[in-house]
Amino acid sequence: MCRELKDLSLMVVRGQMSRRDFIGRAAALGLSAPLATQLLGGTARANPVKGGHLIMGLNGGASTDSLDPALATSTVMHNVNFGWGEALVITDPKDGTAQPWLAESWEASADAKKWAFKIRKGITFSNGKEMTVEDVVATLKRHSDENAKSGALGIMKSIGQSFKADGDNVVFDLESGDADLPYLLSDYHLLIQPNGGLDGTEAAIGTGPYVVEANEPGVRHILKRRDDHWMSDYAWYDSFEVLVINDLTARVAALTSGKVHAINRVDPKTIDLLTKAPGLQINNVSGRGHYVFICHVDTPPFDNNDLRLALKYAMNREEMVDKILRGYGSVGNDFPINAAYALFPDAIPQRPFDTDKAAFHYKKSGHDGTPIVLRTSDAAFNGAESAAVLFQQTCAAAGIPIEVKREPADGYWSNVWNVQPFCTSYWGGRPTQAQMYAVAYKSDADWNDTRWKRPEFDAMLVQARAEIDPVKRKQIFTDMALMLNNEGGLILPMFNDFVDASTAKLQGVLTDPSQPMSNGLIASRSWLVA
Amino acid sequence: MASGKSGMSPVVTLLVQRIGIGVLVILAISALLFIGVELLPGDFARNFLGQSATPEAVANIRKELGLDQPVITRYFNWLGGVLTGDFGQSWANKASVNSQLLKRLSNTMFLATVSAIFAVPISVGLGMVAVFFRNKLPDHVINVVSLAAISMPEFFVGYLFIFFFALVLGLGDGPPIIPSDPLWSFANFELVALPAATLVVVTLAHMMRMTRAAILNIMDSAYIETAELKGVPMMTVIRKHAAPNAIAPIINVVALNLAYLVVGVVVVEVIFAYPGMGQYFVDAVTVRDMPVVQACGVVFAGVYVVLNMLADIGAILANPRLMHPK
Repeated sequence: MCRELKDLSLMVVRGQMSRRDFIGRAAALGLSAPLATQLLGGTARANPVKGGHLIMGLNGGASTDSLDPALATSTVMHNVNFGWGEALVITDPKDGTAQPWLAESWEASADAKKWAFKIRKGITFSNGKEMTVEDVVATLKRHSDENAKSGALGIMKSIGQSFKADGDNVVFDLESGDADLPYLLSDYHLLIQPNGGLDGTEAAIGTGPYVVEANEPGVRHILKRRDDHWMSDYAWYDSFEVLVINDLTARVAALTSGKVHAINRVDPKTIDLLTKAPGLQINNVSGRGHYVFICHVDTPPFDNNDLRLALKYAMNREEMVDKILRGYGSVGNDFPINAAYALFPDAIPQRPFDTDKAAFHYKKSGHDGTPIVLRTSDAAFNGAESAAVLFQQTCAAAGIPIEVKREPADGYWSNVWNVQPFCTSYWGGRPTQAQMYAVAYKSDADWNDTRWKRPEFDAMLVQARAEIDPVKRKQIFTDMALMLNNEGGLILPMFNDFVDASTAKLQGVLTDPSQPMSNGLIASRSWLVA
Repeated sequence: MASGKSGMSPVVTLLVQRIGIGVLVILAISALLFIGVELLPGDFARNFLGQSATPEAVANIRKELGLDQPVITRYFNWLGGVLTGDFGQSWANKASVNSQLLKRLSNTMFLATVSAIFAVPISVGLGMVAVFFRNKLPDHVINVVSLAAISMPEFFVGYLFIFFFALVLGLGDGPPIIPSDPLWSFANFELVALPAATLVVVTLAHMMRMTRAAILNIMDSAYIETAELKGVPMMTVIRKHAAPNAIAPIINVVALNLAYLVVGVVVVEVIFAYPGMGQYFVDAVTVRDMPVVQACGVVFAGVYVVLNMLADIGAILANPRLMHPK
């Protein structure tokens, strides 16, 4: 019970739970309100500890990594780049809303087409130069240039070339309205660099609280604090270090032996063992990433909606969360949005596991009874092969024959995903609902991996984007989600949590629904207590 | 033999032949490697950009790296660079392959050397002890233990060492193991204790058993019997009469294992997060970073060829009959 209380109070410190909720939960554990408040005082008022050296052991680094923020793809470079660089906007670690950062405020026209972002003044880059509005424009320009190979190219394409400096502002004149523009600008590739980084894409000069001291791609990156950062009460370490440890067992061993303070990507299978080790804590948060089974709605037999419904009803979602994620996740409802998104359509009823309904729809589809081939590999997600076999069994209970075909992990994303008509896959989620739909469910989307091509759906997306009124917006999002839920080629059994682990001495904001390791900002948002 | 009449020492002739063949082998391997990476599903541009590859971005990368040119042209361009001592630039982060390679190779060499310093004397010594106690308890113990060790895959041995030494006993360093400058220092010697011990365990049995078998083979010869009959102590017989004649097969197996220490450490490097050639190679293959894959492949092939060559030459020098062919 003591451990549980400690966990709860830590949640308050991290802002994952309100004080009021804490007192309620503590009462449920048999604690009176005054005592609970007193207990909370001990931890919740804990002040950040200045100084120290944070060491992270992260998976996802390679000797091919580059300091150019345009090319960042892994957690390692995400954490390193967010040390030295910053974006115009940041998303809130609690509710995921867009918050001002290098842009101190913004305004939009009623149709969400014209935007003005006011750029904060008096901010210096680590080379001593003051950040200007021109630097911001140059950065956005570089990322919209196809030759820069930026991971944010897709975002910049939707923004277009219509931005320019205007006094203290960067103004945008979008072709079609987009109420999510601030979210787009929080992307971790879009770090503001002097002259847009054109003077040296890998110079790692930015406005962030740390500067790169040692850069050995695939081995380690060391960053040191700079004293002239514009935010006070932020980024408390003297220095931090990211060690690349791609092997899971090695990562866990590094944490338990005390060689690192925090690691990412803990395997749900071994979490129980890890929680038993003294002095460690699991930092998990419900993210937007989801594990999916996808079929092409334009390819037989999946072009028959009854067959798709049969497959959806034959999915035992609770069992998937239990067995594949060991409880570190939540069930999905066949549309790619969960409560981690703003304006989540919460009125849509959860689809149950129902073999009778599955059998009914299967019969109605008139399928000839030949086994339906499901392609899978653990490259799709951790445990995808087991998940496929579980699904095969629940389908068999409903009389639907599935043949599980194991594919090589190497090349899965180029040869199976988005090529074969039925396979397992993974989506990392996007900052906003509109973006998630645009990237995979718009008729002309490059990654439309379910071949979902509905003009009325596209029209709703355009409408939702330009709508500034949250109530109307939510209604449109609900209609879109419902359409996918009933007719889409997406079978979404579960959303996975981001599961990191650290020493219990690590405090602060340790999680963020956007990305693991507190959205790559853990070096700026946490501190080590003695 | 024709070369014998040309006046050149047969050893020199042999050396020249071996080096020539070695170069050809390395060339052939580089070509095979090039084709192999080419045949792997997915290409660099797609793998590098991962799930976030847009057709435009892919096309840009391909054009920039000249991937639109035919394979043959690309291979010879690369070969031209290598012949002038330049392995080119990594496709992924534009870093010079030469400087990265040098650093990684020295790290691997360091680990391999530390392992070899222990593995070679221990295994040869144990082999001799096993012969001395042939079919007695020590022989059986050495055999069973070494067989058990060779039967365990190195990742398992590595994990066991991490668990027992680094975590339970608090002795030695677990992952990540990142050597500090300068590389050849006592501090680093201590640092790599566990990965080196893992490598010793997995290479020990092979060398030990070959030593034992080779010496036993000789022990059945008539001249050993003579030595025994004239009352020479057993260990002296092994050391003075049997071992020198068994040296050729022993050198061979030692060289093979030394090569394994350099090129086979991939798994050990990954589980100890040690920044050597193996990890570098794996990273590069994952994204199909061709210049790095090729450079690593050539270096690995080179290590194998050179060590095997040295083994052959050593075996010849150790055998007067091969030194002076009729």
